[in-house]
Amino acid sequence: MYRIAQKTGVSNKRAALYRLIGIIGALVVSSIFILIAKKNPLQVYTSMINGAFGSYHRIRSIIIKAIPLAITSFGISVAFKLRFWNIGGEGQIMMGAFGAAWVALSFPDLSKPLLLLIMALTGFVFGGLYALIPAFFKGKFNTNETLFTLMMNYIAIKWVTYLQYNAWKDPSGMGFPKIADFSQNAWLPQVFGIHIGWIVTLVLAVVMHIFIKHSKKGYEISVVGESVNTARYAGMNYKKIMLQALFLSGGLCGLAGMIQASGVGRTLSVTTSAGAGFTAIIIAWLSRLSMPVMVVVAFLFGAMVQGGVYIETAYQIPQAVTSIIQGMILFFVLGTEFFIRYKIVPIKKEQEQGGKE
Amino acid sequence: MNDQAYVRFHNIVKKFGTVVANDSIDLDVQRGEILAILGENGSGKSTLMNMLSGIYMPDSGSITIDGKPAVIRSPKDSIKLGIGMIHQHFKLIDRFTGYQNIMTGITSNTLGYKKSVKKITELMDKYELHIDLDKYVYDMSVGEKQTLEIIKVMFRGAEVLILDEPTAVLTPEEITKLFVILRNMRKAGHAIIIITHKLNEVMEISDRVTVLRKGKNVGTLNTNQTNILELTELMVGRPMEPIIRRVECEPGDVYLSVEDVTAYNHEGIKVLDNISFELSSHEIVGVAGVAGSGQRELCEVIAGLYPVKKGSVSCMNQEIVGKTPGEIIKMGVSMSFIPEDRLGMGLVSSMDITDNMLLKTYRDGKGLFINRNPAREMARNIVKKMDIVTPGISTPVSKLSGGNIQKVLLGREIESNPKVLVTAYAVRGLDIGASYTIYDMLNKQKEKGVAVLYIGEDLDTLIQLCDRIIVMFSGKIAGIVDARNATKEQLGLMMTGKVMMYV
Repeated sequence: MYRIAQKTGVSNKRAALYRLIGIIGALVVSSIFILIAKKNPLQVYTSMINGAFGSYHRIRSIIIKAIPLAITSFGISVAFKLRFWNIGGEGQIMMGAFGAAWVALSFPDLSKPLLLLIMALTGFVFGGLYALIPAFFKGKFNTNETLFTLMMNYIAIKWVTYLQYNAWKDPSGMGFPKIADFSQNAWLPQVFGIHIGWIVTLVLAVVMHIFIKHSKKGYEISVVGESVNTARYAGMNYKKIMLQALFLSGGLCGLAGMIQASGVGRTLSVTTSAGAGFTAIIIAWLSRLSMPVMVVVAFLFGAMVQGGVYIETAYQIPQAVTSIIQGMILFFVLGTEFFIRYKIVPIKKEQEQGGKE
Repeated sequence: MNDQAYVRFHNIVKKFGTVVANDSIDLDVQRGEILAILGENGSGKSTLMNMLSGIYMPDSGSITIDGKPAVIRSPKDSIKLGIGMIHQHFKLIDRFTGYQNIMTGITSNTLGYKKSVKKITELMDKYELHIDLDKYVYDMSVGEKQTLEIIKVMFRGAEVLILDEPTAVLTPEEITKLFVILRNMRKAGHAIIIITHKLNEVMEISDRVTVLRKGKNVGTLNTNQTNILELTELMVGRPMEPIIRRVECEPGDVYLSVEDVTAYNHEGIKVLDNISFELSSHEIVGVAGVAGSGQRELCEVIAGLYPVKKGSVSCMNQEIVGKTPGEIIKMGVSMSFIPEDRLGMGLVSSMDITDNMLLKTYRDGKGLFINRNPAREMARNIVKKMDIVTPGISTPVSKLSGGNIQKVLLGREIESNPKVLVTAYAVRGLDIGASYTIYDMLNKQKEKGVAVLYIGEDLDTLIQLCDRIIVMFSGKIAGIVDARNATKEQLGLMMTGKVMMYV
């Protein structure tokens, strides 16, 4: 028999080694599927790396993919820090994008800086308000936020679907169900060929890190997350703190939605969120809720996706195979995290290492 | 060595990582004998007994039962060998009746209800264990639950009975009853081991006493040839006055006054019923009562954490009822509360000592950001002043021992120079040495003029430490007595609502 015990004092070097072993393990197992697809795994892997990092254009694609993942992760981790399991990033992105699109489509002729600013604010507020709904009910009736936020995703996605196929369907789209493109004033400007979302991401990483670690509000969020009773004892109004934190959490997701709609899609569509709200949960956990680490992890995620897209076209590999490779890498990486944080000890030996008295 | 030993531990060693919990322990107990195992927290008492009940296995050494070597791999083996353990926290199913609890886990019983009940009743008569078998556990008092636990293990044929801190949750009256039962069992030839850290109980009930200190057996003595002083010295490792010092002060102005407070819990049950008392400067007032008599709610009412239906609480002439803890802090009411649940309420377990210092003062200073320097200073101060054993001020408090956790909490609260200090079970789980440090700190506060409310469990401590004792019984005050001429028996009767008295 075996049992699981927490590990302490794993050095960074050792942890890095574990992760490397994990990734190698993933590649070995994925080889089986590549061989089934009658391709040479080594070639596929090298071109996957080449496809991700091989040119400036490719690295740019990675960054564009990483931006919404990172910002959404920031947002979600604010809620996670509070132990409020916000699975609703997807819906909050959609509502943020919806808010931004509404502004962009209503005032296409406003000056660019003003229009973008209002879009960003609206996106933030819409995403924030959307996250406030489950927070309000949790505070009032102690509803389960996991289910609540998850379900709210579908409402948001279906709402955007309705807009795209009915209410906001572009009459000049020749029957194609899409919402009209934003005016150029509503497009995010580019720096080094990438929309300025990347600058926003870097700034937010620093700001959010300082907010959580050094601000009074960040301290309150950490205390409430640890124990509501302690928060009450310390004279904190934990319901108010929960509402504020969730507004911020949803707001950041909404901002990610605005950036996607304005900087990438140039309009609102059902694919604006593209699963970022869910992927961000993994990123937030892998980064152990540290904002700077999230930037790195989001970039690596972007690279993995970008590499996958490249080999699909270069080798005519079905998308299913790249999905398997990506799933494997993720599975092994998450698996190694388990071995970095915990150890498995046989029950017999456990008696020497287990609890106290 | 005793040749009639029924259970014998020989050279038992048990290590947890680098910690040696049991260091070559020899111990024996014979039939018709009550052996007390005495020791502070962490001295290895429970570890040792858990090897008999099949929860741990020794790293080396041997156990023999009735002269035969015994290998106890699981609680099942232990039951087969006739060992019955009564844990400190009862292993009963609330939603089952007494009878159902006794039968749970017995697969070989083919007697049927009537015959089983008859067998159990015979057992109960033999040892004067009396409970209603058809009563549900959730309706039972703590004493009844313990009796049920004893019946349960006896029905399974226990020859050896181990009781882990059996009196911790009982009233004095229930303790007397338990001791009668134990004496009956001794007469019937059972071997009984009682784990405790209460010296007067050792003296009262045991035939022999084995003292453990830091995992070692530091002596086995015949109870009638020893005394409390000797035992304390053996247990603590240095001479120690077993009496808690009471600092005599002239009480000053009334700092806290509670009037006619009535409160209901969320199920609508009255948990505080017309509570009134006053607490003055230079005074320690104790609160005694069976667990769940309203002590916790009383503390939380005073701290503004519990809703009050009617009545008033005024601290330094400022009304607190109806205010949230945040508002009370803002009003500048100089009060500190050491809650029962240290890590779940008083501290943030995953945060380090510095960040825990911030808990009530993080709002100080202008701007959106926290200045951690004063907190670091304070943390260093407290660690030094209170002798807190910690690798550093950036160690999460959850990694500290119970005594040190309590010192961090008390240190922070005392540092805020309160006028009123409310402590709930301040020494629960602490060993004698750490407890005395806490009593000293409370006495120092009293000398300084602080009004201290001390919610306690141990009646001896309450009588020795406090000036007055409030006795609570099911949400009411059963009486307030002068601690200088209070007796345990009198307090015990009041705790069970049999006597009400006021001074």
